[in-house]
Amino acid sequence: MSDTKKMSVTEELPGKLIAVEGLDGSGKSTQVYLLKRWLEMRGIKVFFSEWNSSVIVKKATSKGKKRQLLTPTTFSLIHCTDFADRYERQMLPLLRAGYLVLCDRYIYTAFARDAVRGCSRLWLRNLYGFVRQPDLTFFFNTPLEVALNRILSGRPQLKHFEAGMDLGLSADPYESFRLFQERIYQEYLAMRDESGFVTIDGTAPIEEQQEQVRDIVARTFDLPRFRWRTQV
Amino acid sequence: MKFYGEGIAGVNLAELSGKLIVIEGADGSGRSTQIDLLRDYLENTGRAITNVGLVRSTLVSNELNEAKQGNVLSEITRSLFYATDFADQLENIIIPSLRAGFIVLADRYIYTLMAREIVRGADRDWVRSLYGIALVPQLIIYLKVSPGQLVERNLRKNATLDYWESGRDLGISRDVFKSFMRYQRLIQREFSMMQTEFGFHVVNGNRAIRSVSREICAKVEEILNGEEK
Repeated sequence: MSDTKKMSVTEELPGKLIAVEGLDGSGKSTQVYLLKRWLEMRGIKVFFSEWNSSVIVKKATSKGKKRQLLTPTTFSLIHCTDFADRYERQMLPLLRAGYLVLCDRYIYTAFARDAVRGCSRLWLRNLYGFVRQPDLTFFFNTPLEVALNRILSGRPQLKHFEAGMDLGLSADPYESFRLFQERIYQEYLAMRDESGFVTIDGTAPIEEQQEQVRDIVARTFDLPRFRWRTQV
Repeated sequence: MKFYGEGIAGVNLAELSGKLIVIEGADGSGRSTQIDLLRDYLENTGRAITNVGLVRSTLVSNELNEAKQGNVLSEITRSLFYATDFADQLENIIIPSLRAGFIVLADRYIYTLMAREIVRGADRDWVRSLYGIALVPQLIIYLKVSPGQLVERNLRKNATLDYWESGRDLGISRDVFKSFMRYQRLIQREFSMMQTEFGFHVVNGNRAIRSVSREICAKVEEILNGEEK
């Protein structure tokens, strides 16, 4: 029984998984979107999945957030449930079907955020033990101030959990968000090597970053292998 | 009081002066009846009680029940849904009650969840680590009833055998009866293994209600007195 599970984590699959990680405001979402467009326009089978997007889990997550029912543990578990749903029903089957799967945020987001909230790092690593390592992970390294400016300019409404208000870092949402993001940033830096991140300078111009990203993807994978066989 | 594994962050275990008592057993084993009788007994002797059970959390119980109807959840996702439900009750009901010195009567606990998942192919280590967040109960009563008896009791209650309790999703047999029997045996086998690992107090649930209740109440009293010394 253990064999079935462990096998799918390490077995060679026809498809490949590319993950992007980084702080909010690091520019990763823009970059992964442009990457997706580039691949699509080259006729490549691409699937895109983003964090916290499972329809099944959505209701519970937003209920929990709205009514502030979430603790660090339930927050972590509910996001893991969301991830598992997307992983089991979409990502894994599509990897078996030979797709390039792009993920905006992956398990490292959980490792960073949930650890900052106080969850045991060991428990977190075991929790996500059913998940494959990506074939390529980009970490968009943007200095904290730059990332924060991108998010906070225009004084957007910061929601309770988004700002890390549950951590009691500050009574002011903006200050709380700042401190929260800083801690997440430190977690990311600490896991860079162990997780094999390919770091991209998030302060470089968008086109320059994208060129780097495309170059690395083209060199890492034999892209023609992922083309559609039939006319699309 | 301690956690099985990594536990929940920020809980001062020394503050949890209450007791956690778990009653485990299949559907039809007589759990609900026995918990009601146990509750009566304990309240009669002046103890404060809180009841908890599976799929009752404010956070996910609605969504989980809905999803169960539609058969849309994959294995790990379902496991995690149950784990979220459990964690929510653990933090919002069990721990605060224990802190207040209450006795918590749990209608099933992590053992049913783990058995169900392992029978469905989950990795045992993964499941153990996941439920490392759970508190170790002071007493775990396992109401053991033969599958033959379970079938009778379930049919008398509902005239049908529940889809999930028959393991129908596993494709064991096209025949519902055979599926139920086979599935319950698989679950019992898992429980036998957990018996030694977790130290269950096994109670023969095939007997009359009063007889079972007397044994359970006596055992609970023994544990409570032992702790109070």
